[in-house]
Amino acid sequence: MNLDGIALWMTPFKARPIALAGICVLLAVVLAAVFAPWLAPYDPYAIHPAIRLLPPHAGHWFGTDQFGRDTLSRAIYSARMALLIGSGVVFFALITGIPIGVFSALFPRLGHVLMRAVDVLMAFPSLLLALGLIVILGPSVANAIIAIGAGYMTTTTRIIYGLTLRLRAETYVEASRSMGAGTNWLVIRHILPNLVSPLLVQASFVFAFAQLGAASLDFLGLGAPPEIPSWGNMLAESRTFITRAPWLLFFPGSMIVFTAFSLNLVGDALRDRLDPRLRDVFRGEA
Amino acid sequence: MFSYAVKRAGATAVTLLAASVIIFAFIHVIPGDPIYVLLGDTATPDQIEALRHQLGLDQPIVVQYVEWAGRALSGDLGRSIFFQAPVLSVIADGAETSTLLATMTMIWVALIGVPIGMVAAVRHGTWLDQGLSGAAMLMASVPTFWVGLYLILIFAARLGWLPSSGYPSIFDGGLGNLRYLILPSLTLAAPNAALILRLTRASMLDVSHEDYVRTARAKGIRPWQVVRRHILRNALLTVVSAFGFTFAALLSEAVVTETVFALPGIGRLVVQSILRRDYPVIQGVILVIVVLYLLINLFVDIGYRLLDPRVELQ
Repeated sequence: MNLDGIALWMTPFKARPIALAGICVLLAVVLAAVFAPWLAPYDPYAIHPAIRLLPPHAGHWFGTDQFGRDTLSRAIYSARMALLIGSGVVFFALITGIPIGVFSALFPRLGHVLMRAVDVLMAFPSLLLALGLIVILGPSVANAIIAIGAGYMTTTTRIIYGLTLRLRAETYVEASRSMGAGTNWLVIRHILPNLVSPLLVQASFVFAFAQLGAASLDFLGLGAPPEIPSWGNMLAESRTFITRAPWLLFFPGSMIVFTAFSLNLVGDALRDRLDPRLRDVFRGEA
Repeated sequence: MFSYAVKRAGATAVTLLAASVIIFAFIHVIPGDPIYVLLGDTATPDQIEALRHQLGLDQPIVVQYVEWAGRALSGDLGRSIFFQAPVLSVIADGAETSTLLATMTMIWVALIGVPIGMVAAVRHGTWLDQGLSGAAMLMASVPTFWVGLYLILIFAARLGWLPSSGYPSIFDGGLGNLRYLILPSLTLAAPNAALILRLTRASMLDVSHEDYVRTARAKGIRPWQVVRRHILRNALLTVVSAFGFTFAALLSEAVVTETVFALPGIGRLVVQSILRRDYPVIQGVILVIVVLYLLINLFVDIGYRLLDPRVELQ
């Protein structure tokens, strides 16, 4: 992307400083995930029974947990799991949603069947669908991604379907088709490039809600294995000690809220710069 | 109108049929022989043979589905391994808690989401609107169980005003027991109130661009009268129909909240059944919730059409 392109993407954020703040928080999360071994002051797995449940102080800014592990270090390492789950769910939703949505819109007869199938999946509330899939697949990080992703695949497919239907009716697509363009050409030259911006919006919302979904699964003990540092796992463990050690509740929860809120802010700002003809596809979603 | 209702009901029936095939398949795709899945690890060979024959597991899969669906229609959802009781009665035991929790949640959602959404719409574009909309987005970004744990910490542990867990039936202890559901319903209401707030605002802004609103303003009707009679009445149609969807979704969203507050509802039943490997109960709950979800959506759609005949069947 050239400099003009970057400047264009930045316009929604110039008008909204709070969305820019959201970008900064997300950058911080990415940096924390990448540089965790250098940023974390302690080993997130190291157990020190002598310093159990210490409140925040100079040596341990976020305090310590019931095993004497450093909460700050665990919170920093958890950014990795947050990014993994978020990008995994977004990837799953897009890799399934794009082909189903685009081809359903281009081939109405196929679309009729496929979109009815999507309707059937939508009859399962997303958390229930995730729990059912976890029962079948077993609890693990990869399966959590599939289980949460299945719920967002349906909404994403519907949005892509709606967008493609609109794009198909655009004059330049009709013109291209009348000049003999094949389906591949239409999809690659006209449909997919126009899907990029709206899908970036959808991706930020899905990423945000994947954080909440993953936290719920971790909290129920059906997500990432408990020894792996993740904000949801940290909250699940803090539950027993909330009156004695409220800092164990505060820090990981704030991390989830900061991350999800920033993603929502960014998604909202991006949505407002979308082509108005495509914007109302997002009605009622996310 | 009647033909719309029939078509819509037909579509729901088809969706339900397809969904029921998936739910039926659930027991069969869990790793392991369905017989062990249904009876647990402690079953004797006699029991296994008896159930295999009784359920017709020696029959072709299509026959099995038809028989399963027939039993489900007559209310027989199988037996719980853990409780050694019919699944339907196990679910019925949790119904009181879940229904009351969802109802109280919807009351909070209506009391918080709708008025604040109205204020944001009327003050559209001001700092107040931005603040309220931002607060709503923040509320939607908070994990429900985190809110719940904080409410427990503040109102139950520190202040001691409200109970932190459990729910004894109002039929045993009177309506006073509803206080057990105050914190859970507030927890569950937070993200949903945020959603309804945003929807109320958006839908009022939509209506305020309609021609009849401009006409009303041009006629010289007082601004608050235009809001009350022209904008609000039309905007609330969308909001009220969203209430139906929200209520239906609450039944499954409550899974986490019921676990935090140890409420004996359907949500916690699902989680416990997963941990107990009580698959017939999981299957039964999924079926019941999906049926309720589809039925509520059907009634909302038909009701919407009754109130606003302009809506077309898509």
